[in-house]
Amino acid sequence: MALAVSSRVPPVHGLGTPVALDGGTLVAHAMRQTRPDVVAAYPITPQTVITEAFSQFVANGEVHTEFVPVESEHAALSVCIGAAAAGARAQTATSGPGLALMWELLGVASGMRLPIVMHLCTRALSAPINILCDHSDAMAMRDTGWLLLFSENGQEAYDQAIIAVRLGEHPQVLLPVANVLDGFIVTHCVERALLLPDEVVSEFVGEYQPAYALLDLQRPVTVGGLDFQDFHMEHKRGQVEAMARAKGVLEGLFQEFAEISGRIYRLVEPYRLADAEVGVVVLGSTAGTVRYVVDRLRARGVRAGMLSIRSFRPFPALEVAAALAEVKAVGVLDRALAPGASAPPLFSDIASALAGVGLSKRLLGWVYGIGGREVLPQHIEGVFHTLADPSVPPGLVGWLGLREGR
Amino acid sequence: MPVTLALRDLASQTDLLAPGHGLCAGCSESVIVRLVLHALGRPAVVSLATGCLEVSTTRYPWTAWRVPVIHSAFENSAATISGVEAAWKALRRRGKAVPEDVAFVVFAGDGATYDIGLQWLSGAMERGHRFLYICLNNEGYMNTGIQRSSATISWTWTTTTPVGRVLPGKPQWRKDLTAIAAAHGIPYVAQTAPHHWKDLMQKVQKAVRVDGPAFINVLAPCNRGWRYPPEETIRISKLAVDTCIWPLYEVERGQWRLTYRPSHKLPIQAWLEAQGRFAHLLREEHRPLVEEIQQRVDQEWEALLQRCSQR
Ligand SMILES: Cc1ncc(C[n+]2csc(CCOP(=O)(O)OP(=O)(O)O)c2C)c(N)n1
Repeated sequence: MALAVSSRVPPVHGLGTPVALDGGTLVAHAMRQTRPDVVAAYPITPQTVITEAFSQFVANGEVHTEFVPVESEHAALSVCIGAAAAGARAQTATSGPGLALMWELLGVASGMRLPIVMHLCTRALSAPINILCDHSDAMAMRDTGWLLLFSENGQEAYDQAIIAVRLGEHPQVLLPVANVLDGFIVTHCVERALLLPDEVVSEFVGEYQPAYALLDLQRPVTVGGLDFQDFHMEHKRGQVEAMARAKGVLEGLFQEFAEISGRIYRLVEPYRLADAEVGVVVLGSTAGTVRYVVDRLRARGVRAGMLSIRSFRPFPALEVAAALAEVKAVGVLDRALAPGASAPPLFSDIASALAGVGLSKRLLGWVYGIGGREVLPQHIEGVFHTLADPSVPPGLVGWLGLREGR
Repeated sequence: MPVTLALRDLASQTDLLAPGHGLCAGCSESVIVRLVLHALGRPAVVSLATGCLEVSTTRYPWTAWRVPVIHSAFENSAATISGVEAAWKALRRRGKAVPEDVAFVVFAGDGATYDIGLQWLSGAMERGHRFLYICLNNEGYMNTGIQRSSATISWTWTTTTPVGRVLPGKPQWRKDLTAIAAAHGIPYVAQTAPHHWKDLMQKVQKAVRVDGPAFINVLAPCNRGWRYPPEETIRISKLAVDTCIWPLYEVERGQWRLTYRPSHKLPIQAWLEAQGRFAHLLREEHRPLVEEIQQRVDQEWEALLQRCSQR
């Protein structure tokens, strides 16, 4: 089975110099090329590949960046907040527990409207402690006002690391962006990828032009003041509206990026969905496995398709509903738990996107890949079979690849 | 451009912390902040920790600050200023138009410094950012209603160490944060108090001249939390120094130096009597507690004199 998975041709095309690198190093190159003024980060597996690779660029004098090797992730984001408020382009990277430690400041960054870019290399939250991939960290930052872009492979993580800078800094947006790449699966897998020329990236991202900066002594500003019942709500509404505007801005950036890279991205990526009867919705690297299974099923005459969500926040509800409109049965794969909730996070979003346009559909959900549990093509095939079986009631079906018994 | 410390010159300067803020009448924090900002003699970017000063001076849509200021959270003001300083370095490296001469200053309470923010402060000092950290030490969490901190001395009444049938206040002594800062081997560390404004301002002037971290622990008498009348603030500050519970000294590149020596070291009783937070200690039954406090003060004072006489 492993052989079959690795035989798929990675969907890598377009412009750039071919390289064989792991996703973490690719992201570090994107960081180098987007010329952050300040990078602050703290080691944590599986993110450390990024910080190490970037530290080497610093040591080689390949960047002008002030690299701040902080004493914790909380400090990493604190440094980025200070730097961004000062008028600098600031970036960081982390994983699972590191993100959990940053949590207090996630809302500070978005509430101050600071376009910090974070590369989130997904990792399960403790306990039990675990260093492998799931999306419990990404989901824990879901409502903190950050834009969240998921990637399927190293190429996408690299490309999005570039796009994220423009997105966050766009005057219509001014929000922090998390570029999400699956821990180990994307961060550590060596894949073929295309690196854009430095000048092309540099020109694409341009200069950060902050509207206000602490270092602008001529116009002293107070950032992060006390904001009570008389204004807090309006400021929060401003954030929500910026998030909504980000959708259109991101679509525009995808077009611009296509011009420099030849790679076309969308908010959501449908695959063989147009005439599909059964469709699976997924986030992140598992899209690769699902695509492979879709092709196999199609070869057997099953009308299978996939929808991969790239922009998780803002969540493109209308685009999701439109993409799934003709699909008879939809299966949602969640790589995170929401204990006690009516459904896990992605399932909830898909259900409300469909309900929002009055679509009533056979909707089934599975939880998979928790703590790095492998998801195999036969698991996904099982999902498609269940979708096609009308005797299975809708709702949450269960956990893929779970050991039964104690 | 070093500022002259002539009173006449100082009185004619514009206050960089404007009046109209919401700090209590009698609060020493605004006094200290204005002295510090004057003494810098160059523009400043300020990072505030959550606490009395921040909530009283930044209420949207107003601000009392005539200098750029950022407040991020309670514990991370040292990391925040690290980010501002790092930004300044990087932007200069890229030839961007940023001011050449600017001081990076933190104001944070003792809770934010001794307790919840110690890690962030320690990290920033170890990394060697150029910044001046001012701890406004009012010996408790005043913004949240007079709770104990690790700067609070033994047997103090606070709302989390209330005086009860079995406990006469806070059982623990305070930690010596100034010495902890000095142990980081940073270029400048000092302790001062607002009644000795010249001592305070001279220390700030030395601190901003060093190319690296500087830490100044400033006693910040709080009439609400310490339970004394508002007009007593400056007298209380002086009492702290004259009883030697708050000695004035500096540590310049590892050299300890006393900057003020009281001609008569007053008994700690004088300090305790002046404040309602120690009222219970004046009862006869608690005489041993007062003696215990006196002993700690004497020990620390002797140890400090030793350190200051070392070469
Ligand atoms: C993470 C976090 N924990 C607790 C608080 C609540 N809090 C705000 S200010 C404060 C006390 C501040 O005390 P201190 O630093 O001594 O400054 P002061 O107000 O006395 O000047 C506390 C406990 C908070 N804002 N954030």
